[in-house]
Amino acid sequence: MNGNGNGAHGVGVNFPLKMTNRKVNVFYGEKHALKGVDLDVRANHVTALIGPSGCGKSTFLRCLNRMNDTIASCRVTGEIVLDGQDIYAKEIDVVQIRARVGMVFQKPNPFPKSIYENVAYGPRIHGLARGKPELDEIVSHSLKQAGLWNEVNDRLDEQGTGLSGGQQQRLCIARAIAVQPEVILMDEPCSALDPIATAKIEELIDELRKHYTIVIVTHSMQQAARVSQRTAFFHLGNLVEEGDTQTIFTNPKDERTQGYITGRFG
Amino acid sequence: MKSAEHIVKSYDEELRRLTTIVAQMGGLAESQLSGAIQSVVRRDSDLASSVVQADVKVDALQDEIDDFVVRLLALRQPMAIDLRLIVGALRIASDLERIADYAANVAKRAIALNQAPLVRPVHVVPRMGALVQAMIKDVLDAYVASDVEKAKSVWNRDEEVDEMYNSLFRELLTYMMEDARSIGICTHLLFIAKNIERIGDHATNIAELVHYTVTGQKMGGARPKGDVTSSTLPGQPDGGTA
Repeated sequence: MNGNGNGAHGVGVNFPLKMTNRKVNVFYGEKHALKGVDLDVRANHVTALIGPSGCGKSTFLRCLNRMNDTIASCRVTGEIVLDGQDIYAKEIDVVQIRARVGMVFQKPNPFPKSIYENVAYGPRIHGLARGKPELDEIVSHSLKQAGLWNEVNDRLDEQGTGLSGGQQQRLCIARAIAVQPEVILMDEPCSALDPIATAKIEELIDELRKHYTIVIVTHSMQQAARVSQRTAFFHLGNLVEEGDTQTIFTNPKDERTQGYITGRFG
Repeated sequence: MKSAEHIVKSYDEELRRLTTIVAQMGGLAESQLSGAIQSVVRRDSDLASSVVQADVKVDALQDEIDDFVVRLLALRQPMAIDLRLIVGALRIASDLERIADYAANVAKRAIALNQAPLVRPVHVVPRMGALVQAMIKDVLDAYVASDVEKAKSVWNRDEEVDEMYNSLFRELLTYMMEDARSIGICTHLLFIAKNIERIGDHATNIAELVHYTVTGQKMGGARPKGDVTSSTLPGQPDGGTA
């Protein structure tokens, strides 16, 4: 693929911080699931979150577009700032935040509608298109960016659920980018896919990085190493170590990171 | 070098086995060097022949390490310390193979030298040999024990080898200028010394690899370089040093 994940595009401190997150705590009822996490997300970079099950990585991911709001017992404290704006502030419209920070889930979850409708739905409800030709343009552009256009352009009326797993996941990515988000969150996007479909998604992630900022949760160390430029390791609700992906996978500083990525605990 | 055990036990066993084969190959290379130097010092052609013949054993161990490393990389997809350990083993094995090659070359030249009468004893060769042998032994100990300090001490000693080589180079040039009949023998001795000096360089490489495997960092500082013979010309007014 692309060596150590540094890809074909630029990388480094010349890119601004897209999200700055400070002292993020999450409680599920009494349970303290995420403990004072400080983690920045750099623009046009892929940041991978890794760690054993229950370490808080998905919880953290779900804070970034307030997906945790949907869980009644969940309480979030700390600062989560997108382009200088605290997304948990009172005046914030959650629907707008989720349009700016899109999400792709573990299991492909297309709507039980046509391929076209799956992609057109978001732009339509957000009023992004004036009329049918513009909407058509958004749909085809999104499907092209998601690398799916050539496979489906002659059957846009067919059900999205009739596609293969890998195609469904790319359809979900097309649906996420159709509303022109700035950040895309991916929660184990390849765990239900075969190696070829996985490779296509990974290739796509590297391509999408030109236009978007990506945060990905993955259980595959190799995937994190391949697709990301920054990697953060979580353990028992703490952010243990964050750094340049190459360093994390060749010479991590913390014993716990080393133990996890080399398969000594988890 | 290792913190805890892997969840998959067989992985630990494989890594231990890899380290064992590398140590075994190191031991063999070390005894090859020792035999080669002894064959020069004692003018023992039988010993020299056995050293030349034993070189295939070292090559066979290198093949075994190569295959094993490829297998580990493919099957285990190692990370961090494990990755450095495995890649380090591959590279150390290639340095050891070179060391054994140079030792075999020294032994071959010993056989040639033994066919001629002893013109003049050259004391520096056994001294250089002993120094380099000690470097090999120590660097292998450092490898097995993951001892960075010991590796560093080996690394620092290479300059001494280079200095001995420089003085031997000048000494042999003098002999050759004094008596043209000694050129054949002196050239063999010069190559023997050069081979030993190169072995010292490979010991230094291994020291760097041990450091990298254990710490994940390249060994800091410029490499000690004392060999000036490549810029030296005999018969110049400054006595030969450029």
